[in-house]
Amino acid sequence: MIRYEMLQEILPVIRDQLVVCNIGIPSQELHALEDRPGNFYMLGTMGLASSIGLGLALVQDKTVVVIDGDGSVLTNLGSLPTIANNPRGNYVLLIVDNGSYGSTGDQPTYAGKKTSLAEVARGCGCDHVVECAAEETRAALEAALAGDRMTVIVSKCESGNARMPVIAMDPVVIRDRFMAAVAE
Amino acid sequence: MSIHRKIVDDLIGAQVGFVTTVPCKQLAGVIAEVDAHPDILHVPSNKEDEGMGLCAGAWMGGTRAAIIMQNTAIGVTINALATLIQYYRMPLPMLISYRGELGEPVACQVEMAVHTKALLAQLNIPTYHFHREEDAGELRQILEYTYMCNKPVAVLMDAGFWKGY
Repeated sequence: MIRYEMLQEILPVIRDQLVVCNIGIPSQELHALEDRPGNFYMLGTMGLASSIGLGLALVQDKTVVVIDGDGSVLTNLGSLPTIANNPRGNYVLLIVDNGSYGSTGDQPTYAGKKTSLAEVARGCGCDHVVECAAEETRAALEAALAGDRMTVIVSKCESGNARMPVIAMDPVVIRDRFMAAVAE
Repeated sequence: MSIHRKIVDDLIGAQVGFVTTVPCKQLAGVIAEVDAHPDILHVPSNKEDEGMGLCAGAWMGGTRAAIIMQNTAIGVTINALATLIQYYRMPLPMLISYRGELGEPVACQVEMAVHTKALLAQLNIPTYHFHREEDAGELRQILEYTYMCNKPVAVLMDAGFWKGY
């Protein structure tokens, strides 16, 4: 199962949540599947989705689901200790781990080789880390949203992308309607 | 009142409720005040671009955010400034320890000091330079200006301002 198929499966679960989505094809796929104000699409700044989501979760009570990727988490590994040491029950980090840099030509990442991001997250102090197959992601996400514990989910997907158009929306529009959804 | 306390009082006065920091020796006093203040959520970050992500999220969540860091971080954060903070039009006060100026004992710090203002100018980031303690009298206004215009704004505070390294 590739990321796009997994996103299709979790769509009903994340539909009512604030979602911060990783740069590149992940955001393009989510945008094509279902665009809505509660989605914050990253158009640049690889790696910062988990940090943006954490800042958001720490200052308000609505649940924040971050859809990140293994390559982007590797880019901003310093985020995991910050997440672990500032836990909040309304924060769910979903790492789509397909072992490749999907937006740049599917080059392999180290997470697809010897590095286990689930073990890295645990080593950084994240108390509740779930590694699952792509097919089990929806159930893992439902469990995380039903509980009150900060959760990191590492979803093992196959490498591959759906071809979707680039997001042409103005960044200020994305940000403005997202803030309205937060404040709603 | 210590200068550290004055800076934190101005943050509070401007309703800043979220501060992330990456330490510098010159910033130790202000970081301690930030950490101790009950009305500020202090989340230390491991790298300054990560910190800008945290601030972006906190601000979108309805809380005014600020970052406290060293000027070497300008070299780390140009992409985050251009493609996150500026591209999405977000306010971000950057209180910056300006290392490598007069009084600096560590030669390597000068290497980034000589690029600091040029890089900020290249990014069209409004930049204020505090050299004497009384310069901090403008801080509150600078903070309000930042949240008025939704831009990153830099406040460089050198060794003279901190009364020595």
